[in-house]
Amino acid sequence: MSENEQAALQSQRLMRPQAGWADVRPGVWLAGGLVLVFLLLFFALPVARVFIAAFLDIDNSLTFGHFSAFFSQDLMRESFINSLYVAVMSALFAALIAVPLAYFTVRFDFRGALLIQTLGVLPLIMPPFVGAVALQLIFGRSGTLNLLLNDAFGFTLPIMEGLNGVIFVEAIHYFPFILMNLTVALRNIDGAMEEAAMNLGCKGWRLFWRVIFPLGLPGFVAGASLVFVKVFDDLGTPLVMGQTNMLAPQAYLRITQVGLEDPMGYVISVLMIVFSIGAMVISARVLKGRDFSTLQKGGSSIQRRQLSPVESALAYLWIGLILLITLSPHLGVLLLSFAKVWSFSPLPDAYTLEHYAVVFQDASGMIQNTLIYCGLAAGLDVLLGVTIAYLILRTNLPARQWLDWIATASLAVPGIVLAIGFLRMFKGVMVPGTDVLLTGTWVAIMLAYAVRRLPYALRSCMAALQQVHISLEEAAESVGANKISSIRRVLVPLMTGGILAGFVTSFITAAVELSATIMLVSADSQAPMSYGIYLYMQSVAGRGPGAALGVLAILVVAVGTYLSHRVVERTSSRLTPSKEHSS
Amino acid sequence: MKKVSVQCRNIRLAYGTTEVLKNVNLDIEPGEFFALLGPSGSGKSTLLRLIAGFNKHQHGELLVDGRDIGKQEPWDRNIGMVFQSYALWPHLSVWDNVAFGLVERKADKEAIQSKVAAALDLVGLSAFGQRKPNQLSGGQQQRVALARTIVIEPQVLLLDEPLSNLDKTLRVQMRQELLALQRRLGITTIFVTHDQEEAMTTADRMAVLDQGVVQQVGTPAELYDEPVNAFVANFVGTMNMLDAKVRSLHSDNLVLDVMGVGEMTIPISPTASQVYVKDQHVQLSFRPHSVTVETKTRPHDERSIGMQCTVEASEFMGQLTRYRVRVGTQSLSVDQAYYAGLPKLPVGTLLNLRLAPSQIRIFAV
Repeated sequence: MSENEQAALQSQRLMRPQAGWADVRPGVWLAGGLVLVFLLLFFALPVARVFIAAFLDIDNSLTFGHFSAFFSQDLMRESFINSLYVAVMSALFAALIAVPLAYFTVRFDFRGALLIQTLGVLPLIMPPFVGAVALQLIFGRSGTLNLLLNDAFGFTLPIMEGLNGVIFVEAIHYFPFILMNLTVALRNIDGAMEEAAMNLGCKGWRLFWRVIFPLGLPGFVAGASLVFVKVFDDLGTPLVMGQTNMLAPQAYLRITQVGLEDPMGYVISVLMIVFSIGAMVISARVLKGRDFSTLQKGGSSIQRRQLSPVESALAYLWIGLILLITLSPHLGVLLLSFAKVWSFSPLPDAYTLEHYAVVFQDASGMIQNTLIYCGLAAGLDVLLGVTIAYLILRTNLPARQWLDWIATASLAVPGIVLAIGFLRMFKGVMVPGTDVLLTGTWVAIMLAYAVRRLPYALRSCMAALQQVHISLEEAAESVGANKISSIRRVLVPLMTGGILAGFVTSFITAAVELSATIMLVSADSQAPMSYGIYLYMQSVAGRGPGAALGVLAILVVAVGTYLSHRVVERTSSRLTPSKEHSS
Repeated sequence: MKKVSVQCRNIRLAYGTTEVLKNVNLDIEPGEFFALLGPSGSGKSTLLRLIAGFNKHQHGELLVDGRDIGKQEPWDRNIGMVFQSYALWPHLSVWDNVAFGLVERKADKEAIQSKVAAALDLVGLSAFGQRKPNQLSGGQQQRVALARTIVIEPQVLLLDEPLSNLDKTLRVQMRQELLALQRRLGITTIFVTHDQEEAMTTADRMAVLDQGVVQQVGTPAELYDEPVNAFVANFVGTMNMLDAKVRSLHSDNLVLDVMGVGEMTIPISPTASQVYVKDQHVQLSFRPHSVTVETKTRPHDERSIGMQCTVEASEFMGQLTRYRVRVGTQSLSVDQAYYAGLPKLPVGTLLNLRLAPSQIRIFAV
């Protein structure tokens, strides 16, 4: 690091001193206060209510009785063990798929790497529960694969039976989390690390296990823990697949069938949060002090090598197979949406467009609802995201880091738990000025989406703000722009890419959110697409329209994803400072 | 435009318990080209940012044209700053970058038009108005940053390491352009640098800072010839330092016991001698080029001081060769002017050094 850089770094560090409370501007207090009120009211307090309910007896005294009651019931014990089993096995299978793929992309120079990269986007554009039904038709007992296998070899594979089915669906949906994290980690390894090992006589598998894998481990752990949490908290998939003896479905059934006062729902909620946080804490522990991004300035990544034709063919075969399996839910949903009849046959017997007609007739309200809820939620998210990012990175508001922590903590709260918290906290609360229950309106759904997706938008906004060097704002101030003006004329235009990316990420992930939706929809007219798909999928007759709606949802999400990629690429290339070419 | 003065009165600034500026006093004359020189962490950038309004001092006064502006926000001060990284807004064209401050001042369209055109013309970039900053070279970006700042006609111009991001040849050229522009506009200019050559070649006067304290203020020649302490001596140019102890004091000379070398008699003025006491530790210092290097012994010369030394290493620098030599237990740098064909002295060569007393400075430790 040159002396200049060091000096610049130092002045950056000195820029935000531990100033006294009196130095904080009134506008900053106001913004921080508003954000805090939102986070408390619609996130922290509802979740706290869930916790309290799990530990309160009927006479409002502290008790652990609900937990002992939980573990004394066979069904609950089984659900608990099933959920753990499914989450761990899903992470394991996801790793089996992802690790070789990640290794391929950084190790070898072949075009398949691009294919693997596209795999990374696939789970984003369809939630697992939508694909579950289609996967039944392809991999189920009388699905395409088993029908063909039975005809040809006389045996079948029980891929979609019971918990195995859930594991299969979850693993092929969530392996990209490991793939993406691990790929980035491996890319950041300095090639000299490997060369040094080779220089000392290490090669082949030993080289992989002793050098490459340990250095990539942080990326792997980050991805695997994310898969664990996602699967452990997933409600839609087990519900659609009829596996109700798991934690999330049990919480749902308890609250909806026994009622809001049933303590079991709260006990399950607490367990889900504890395990989510636990997984995140463990991964943070593992990662702590192990920032293995060893790539130095001027260094280069691990050397790639050309594959021999045979190796290349094998690699393509493997990737092709994975791609086929990963795409099968998408293909299945597409086929199903056009299928007139599809049962006990490898492919649909006849095709029709009528499901789409049904969907456009019945479900146009749902599409509209999705657009409204997700648009408002995503808008709220970027507003909060930009505000929190600014407060943290540009002001000396005391305890400002807490805003980030609280907002990010919502990652650890399953949708169903947040929804239960809403129902409990706002029980009997009316929308101001009317006699309509707050939890009976779509506003509650929209707010739940906003809280759940805030961490994504926040990360985007933080990253965008970090890219804007503070001297760009100071330059504006030095030629006469005040804070508001420099935010408006310099900061926001420069953050546009990040803000849009945050909006789109929030929007598309909210569009496929089922677990909070399912609890909070109180009338069919309020239902968004995700809920509509779930409803249709409940009956055999509804599968066609459900799949058609699923295809529409995928289209909405895919277009959104594509747009956000474009926007981010365009703005980041525009904002990249130039090298001094002609100097 | 009226030329204004900038004065710092007892300015202190601390972050928590870390004192970054300790009682800074400076008087910068109207229209002066003033350099703040110091190593990184000396507080020079903090002081510059304080004048711009991005850092707030806890004690003291900051007077511009005699008025205390310490409480004013950056945007209310009419002080322009050119940032080290230039800080050009990448989403705006060169033209819009320059027009930014005028728009902020709600200037009317024609005024903006003519002023921006004039400013771009001044820095020789009239043809580049529609470019985006990242389509320009480093030197051009530097000029845009300058135009953007001077277009608002600031009372004071601040430059933060203005040339550090340019390569060497461009730096020398920009240095001259900057100075010419400053002379033409007559605007009081303060610039921060860690490069002593840059400060000495351009500044009317300069201040050397270390650890938040102004060590010395003066013209480059004053600082070079008469540094007040060892830090300034070493920071402005290269200086040899020999550890010594005062053996005895006389009315017109000082007898020093130079560690590992021996006794040395240095003529000094009667007033200067009062500063020292017997047995005091001091440093005897002189510049590498003020020594005459001789390979043959010559008869003793009353007017100069002689030392014997051995060559340890050498660096050929073109116009001169710098020798690392050992004198007793201490080592020194001495320069020998070079001309074509002058042979390099091999390691181990015995040399006689001859030093005029007027070239010697003594610092208390």
